[in-house]
Amino acid sequence: MQRQVALIKQSLFDQGYLDEQFMELEELQDDANPNFVEEVATLYFKDSARLINNIEQALERGSFDFNRLDNYMHQFKGSSTSIGASKVKTECTMFREYCRAGNAEGCLRTFKQLKKEHATLRKKLEQYFQLARQAGPKEIARRPK
Amino acid sequence: MLNPGQGRGPDSAGVAGGVSSNSDPFPAGLRVLVVDDDPTCLMILERMLRTCLYRVTKCNRAELALSLLRQNKNGFDIVISDVHMPDMDGFKLLEHVGLEMDLPVIMMSADDSKAVVLKGVTHGAVDYLIKPVRIEALKNIWQHVVRKKRNEWNVSEHSGSVEETTGERQQQRDDGGDNNSSSANNEGSWRSSRKRKEGEVDEQGDDKEDTSSLKKPRVVWSVELHQQFVAAVNQLGVDKAVPKKILEMMNVPGLTRENVASHLQKYRIYLRRLGGVSQHQGNMNHSFMTGQDPSFSPLSTLNGFDLQALAAAGQLPAQSLAQLQAAGLARPSSLAKPGISVDQRGIFSFESPKIRHGQQMMMNSGGGGGNKQMNLLHGVPMGMEPRQFAGGGHMRLQQQMSGGGRVAGQNVQSSGMMMPVGGGTSMLQSLGQQQQQVMLSSSVPRRSELTESSSSCRVLPAAPTHSVVFNNFSSELPRNSFPLASAPGISVSYQEEVNSSDAKGVTATTTTAGFGNPSYDIFNDYPQHNSNDWDLQNIGMVFNSHQDTTAASSAAFSCSSSTQRKRAEQVQNHHQQQHLPSQSLNQLNGGGSVRVKSERVAETVTCPPATTLFQEQYNQEDLMSALLKQEGLPLVDNEFDFDGYSIDNIPV
Repeated sequence: MQRQVALIKQSLFDQGYLDEQFMELEELQDDANPNFVEEVATLYFKDSARLINNIEQALERGSFDFNRLDNYMHQFKGSSTSIGASKVKTECTMFREYCRAGNAEGCLRTFKQLKKEHATLRKKLEQYFQLARQAGPKEIARRPK
Repeated sequence: MLNPGQGRGPDSAGVAGGVSSNSDPFPAGLRVLVVDDDPTCLMILERMLRTCLYRVTKCNRAELALSLLRQNKNGFDIVISDVHMPDMDGFKLLEHVGLEMDLPVIMMSADDSKAVVLKGVTHGAVDYLIKPVRIEALKNIWQHVVRKKRNEWNVSEHSGSVEETTGERQQQRDDGGDNNSSSANNEGSWRSSRKRKEGEVDEQGDDKEDTSSLKKPRVVWSVELHQQFVAAVNQLGVDKAVPKKILEMMNVPGLTRENVASHLQKYRIYLRRLGGVSQHQGNMNHSFMTGQDPSFSPLSTLNGFDLQALAAAGQLPAQSLAQLQAAGLARPSSLAKPGISVDQRGIFSFESPKIRHGQQMMMNSGGGGGNKQMNLLHGVPMGMEPRQFAGGGHMRLQQQMSGGGRVAGQNVQSSGMMMPVGGGTSMLQSLGQQQQQVMLSSSVPRRSELTESSSSCRVLPAAPTHSVVFNNFSSELPRNSFPLASAPGISVSYQEEVNSSDAKGVTATTTTAGFGNPSYDIFNDYPQHNSNDWDLQNIGMVFNSHQDTTAASSAAFSCSSSTQRKRAEQVQNHHQQQHLPSQSLNQLNGGGSVRVKSERVAETVTCPPATTLFQEQYNQEDLMSALLKQEGLPLVDNEFDFDGYSIDNIPV
């Protein structure tokens, strides 16, 4: 079980879904805070869902207020970076570039991609956490120092 | 006293005070306030900080953070804030914190563009972290707190009461030299004490403990006292003034040559700083000041400049104001331009109200024209956070009182200097922190003033509020990170300088909970100087104790920093609007007209009484009274008798 958990995690890293920041978070986890990473991830997805919604609405309005979109995305990028969501972060960066360039179509495209990555990560992490919980808190492999 | 933080437990270091001297838990227990609208980041940061054994308070809104800081002036040691926030720009928050509380502030953002980082620097951030923030980066944030505190310490040390305050620090070091420094050696002792400070990097724990154990009485440089001092200095000639002669001229019982020496050093630094500041700012006060007296134009400009700077900074510690005033007052004798001196005094007193914290009251008590300075002194501690005051203040004051050979010009913080005699203890304490700041600022500006022109008034009076003075000071002196909203350049340099120069504003938010309590109590003694008064005086001078980075101690201004800014603006507006008054003010003519104006100004400026004070001060002593009246502070003439030197409370 533990091995399974470790494997899943490793694949997430390998595939670029997560980066070192995620490992940093794991290091923060300890007996006193056994589910820290999961809690953070949950919070992240909740908050980012809200942001995605906002962006979606802004885009649907069709007015393309690039400034505001850029603001949203800045926030999104910030939290994605903090949690180590690598691919999501990349999409955020691209989106912002399009915003700065005033490229509406590019924004839309990137946004779609971003949503996809976001959803994928969410699923994978949920899976991971579930397994990890089953394996037992100690099993949440902390990166060996 | 301090302690707001999330109580981590008895071992949390926050309060260094009397905790075991053996185990120095520092930096554990450091009270950190984290502000970020991103809940994910906030959670992660909180966890990281907790892992570093800090006491963390998180906040997702800047306004909330500000009110938290204001409620617990001494409640935090350092603030970490995100740059992009929906309700308030992170830099704005940075400014506020720097000015009001003088706490060290660290900015962070996912944005690592050079422009933004530079903005952080110019606004006075002590550091800038790029997201994602790693725990390693957080492990070292305590250095900013210590640095700020050290600067404060430096100030106090220089003031000469080595024995007491520096307490352990001194013991550990060779404590011979500082106390004995004569005027001639002041600089040297100052430097050496500074050096000692440098060497104490790992003695932070001691610092905290030291401050808490300081008990020696300090000389409070009340407005009156300061005025006397300035008068003596001017008579002798700034460059030629030696403590011994000054002491003789002042003829104040109980004052030692060391006290004078350290005060002189600070004053010189202040003047020097004023000289430098005027270049930057100058607009607001400029008009105001210049009008006073053509002959004083160089001075007046400086004054105006200083005041502006001060106003802008809003942080000028009352002390500096007082000093300024004192300088200004002193000038008249030398320059034979009474008008200006009056202003200076006015400014001084004016500034005192500005003192953010309640200490402002003290300043107001100074009231009266000549006493303006005194007022300032009293009020000086205002901006400073009690924390600082507690630890540093005492020390500083003591040092000053004892007149330590070291004239830590910059260490205005040695509240000793600034503390008004009248205000005595209360001032000291509250001033402690503020004074430090103020002192620094005042000492610096004074110096510059003196050097620049015989009229010392210039610099000081300009800053109606201590805080203003402080700002000038900051700009000139690298005191604590003293974010000057209006003078970003200044603050920036200030902060940087802080490290380099001894003059450390008081802002260092002393986490060591040891002190501060007494000072606050004293402050209460001066009910009249409520923050409102301070606000008036601190036109634009958002006196945020630094904080400095330290800025941590939040000054509870009756008027929020924004108010102060408003005031600053108002002040400026006043100047502009009231051409007449300003002109009259500038002219320093009998001040009668000015007086009227100033009063008017005071009236018009509801928020920032500082403006009115500013003007009033400039013009005359009467203005001060008028201002005080307006502010509702009873003029305590007795306290500020220019002639009389009364040491009401000499903190013991």
